[in-house]
Amino acid sequence: MATAFSAPKLAAQPFNTISPTSQHKPLISPTAASPFLGSTRKLLRLSSSSQLNLRRRSSGSVFAVSDIVKEKKSTSIPSLLITKEEGLELYEDMVLGRAFEDMCAQMYYRGKMFGFVHLYNGQEAISTGFIKLLKQQDSVVSTYRDHVHALSKGVPARAVMSELFGKTTGCCRGQGGSMHMFSSEHNLIGGFAFIGEGIPVATGAAFSSKYRREVLKEADCDHVTLAFFGDGTCNNGQFFECLNMAALWKLPIVFVVENNLWAIGMSHLRATSDPQIYKKGPAFGMPGVHVDGMDVLKVREVAKEAIARARRGEGPTLVECETYRFRGHSLADPDELRDPTEKAHYAARDPITALKKYLIENNLSGEAELKAIDKKIDELLEDAVEFADESPLPPRSQLLENVFADPKGFGIGPDGRYRCEDPKFTEGTAHV
Amino acid sequence: MLATASQRILGQSFQNIRPAVSVLRSYSSAAKQITVREALNSALDEEMSADPKVFLMGEEVGEYQGAYKITKGLLEKYGPERVLDTPITEAGFTGIGVGAAYYGLKPVVEFMTFNFSMQAIDHIINSAAKSNYMSAGQISVPIVFRGPNGAAAGVGAQHSQCYASWYASCPGLKVLSPYNSEDARGLLKAAIRDPDPVVFLENELLYGESFPVSDEVLDSSFCLPIGKAKIEREGRDVTITAFSKLVGYALKAAEILEKDGIYAEVINLRSIRPLDRSTINASVRKTNRLITVEEGFPQHGVGAEICASVVEESFAYLDAPVERIAGADVPMPYAANLERLAVPQIEDIVRAAKRACYRSVPLAATA
Repeated sequence: MATAFSAPKLAAQPFNTISPTSQHKPLISPTAASPFLGSTRKLLRLSSSSQLNLRRRSSGSVFAVSDIVKEKKSTSIPSLLITKEEGLELYEDMVLGRAFEDMCAQMYYRGKMFGFVHLYNGQEAISTGFIKLLKQQDSVVSTYRDHVHALSKGVPARAVMSELFGKTTGCCRGQGGSMHMFSSEHNLIGGFAFIGEGIPVATGAAFSSKYRREVLKEADCDHVTLAFFGDGTCNNGQFFECLNMAALWKLPIVFVVENNLWAIGMSHLRATSDPQIYKKGPAFGMPGVHVDGMDVLKVREVAKEAIARARRGEGPTLVECETYRFRGHSLADPDELRDPTEKAHYAARDPITALKKYLIENNLSGEAELKAIDKKIDELLEDAVEFADESPLPPRSQLLENVFADPKGFGIGPDGRYRCEDPKFTEGTAHV
Repeated sequence: MLATASQRILGQSFQNIRPAVSVLRSYSSAAKQITVREALNSALDEEMSADPKVFLMGEEVGEYQGAYKITKGLLEKYGPERVLDTPITEAGFTGIGVGAAYYGLKPVVEFMTFNFSMQAIDHIINSAAKSNYMSAGQISVPIVFRGPNGAAAGVGAQHSQCYASWYASCPGLKVLSPYNSEDARGLLKAAIRDPDPVVFLENELLYGESFPVSDEVLDSSFCLPIGKAKIEREGRDVTITAFSKLVGYALKAAEILEKDGIYAEVINLRSIRPLDRSTINASVRKTNRLITVEEGFPQHGVGAEICASVVEESFAYLDAPVERIAGADVPMPYAANLERLAVPQIEDIVRAAKRACYRSVPLAATA
């Protein structure tokens, strides 16, 4: 199928094809003594491979593939990229994301939600396009704009809504809030408020997957991690540190940049010396791919390739998705600096409308069916809000819970016994 | 810059074990003596062999055998998958350690000194310490951050800060600071086994010090409880609390005071967070006087917390105001004589104890 995803494969090929002599084992070879290049000792033995690196770079074979993607797209004959079931799944997930965020805005202005709330309207194609390809055990690491990532990963809408209301039935029992969604069941690890903070944590999750496979010998552990972050983060030091280490140790991770061109009120072009983020991937030895983030099908194709690459053990990929947020940075942002024509331009490329059009034009579905899905989502959200409304606030005893996994960390009380042993002191273990 | 600094530090620690810090004790029984370095190394070795999920990460921990040789021999024994030499990216590799800990691995992250942990402090506090709480218990972080803390010898302002009070003020963290080899072994093993993030503050000048250890300490299951202080020396006239290197100073000061008829009780805190308030208060109720000794900056320091705790719980028992001995309220100077003035010395402890006992003492120290 000669469509967009063959381009990323093109970037991946050099790893396979450039092995000039028999002693130059490709770095992805499973028989290599240790895939961890943490030691110069290994580097000396594989010094031929470090030449391999240089040769690869100088021949320019690891390159950013934005142009190729666009080229291939225009000349290919579009065969259907999705089946009907997949199409409806994608549609439903995106509508859920959009409707949920709109409901959040409503609830915020009614005073049910408070603090910092960052909405994802307009970027649904990225969340749906990537996360719907993952298994339950794969991890997603997000930023403060994490509601829709949580929903796509499978956290129930009720749990997310309750968490936002600060109720004890939320996914983090009301202790995390909008910016700190965690679900160990769905392998959603955050929710991080500091930009760039999630990237090293995601790299660590990918590291643990590799460690489990190689050191702990869990042979079928091929979990992939997706790290989502924005354009502003790509100027942060931690981002580069992790690109380096992920490529160095060939970790199963995909770095997904949701480039919505704005970091609060700072335009990406004003903040970045070279605004083309995907080009930063090859500088560290991984493919960099640029994709239209308003088109869920294109995102999905690129995601398939990147995730498969990581699962095969070939290492990380940097995917830059060009997208836009229809609302302000947060619900407190008056959003005065963005040009209305820019907003209109992207509003015309609404991913949900685009997918709807695709489904109808290719006879994968009809208006009625899609409207039924819309209605179903509306009802789901009504139920979620009702559930959250009726849920109780956390009890006072919850304040001291879960500070430590081992509550002896609260120390020894005046009577000489550990304070947590006192039955009146709240226990530190969760009933999650 | 970092490479030359560590070479200088190494050179210094190998060459001079300063008399002020050495502890030469004579015991009648032939107890085995091990250095703090050996104690830490053996603790890491045993924990790594007991649990394959434990791995080490840090700058120069592998092929260089550790910047201070704490991780000597571990690369050969466990291989590069478990002893990872990282690039100079504190924020990056600390975050990677935290992410790995989220998934049940047990990283031991080494900072070449805790001064460099400031580059990673966001991950220590925000990703590690707060995660169990933010996720309501779903994600615990069984990670250990270890490395030398506090002043070394002549390393200047940016390499000499003590971080005990910074980390100890943060809920969700456990902060430990060993003094002798027994502490080093027991507390490090406890830290690695603990399911919560632990900040383990060692001291570079103590690495080469030998201390006697019993067979129980050398056993591979030896562990010390977190949150319990140890009374190193019993006394009845004044309580001196200290941690890390200054426990040695306090013990020497106690010996000097004994000649003047003041019997000091020396408490080795071992655990800065949680602080063993009950041991400290029980001791103050016995002696009625308290001196807190620490190396870090005085404002908002460990001594301030101990003083407040004692005032809250044992005010009626105090016969004299609590004295805090801390480092000078200045960035650490380089000149040797100024550095001596900036760090607590044994004479300072002795003078403070005498003041607390209302003996007349000369006021100022001489350079």
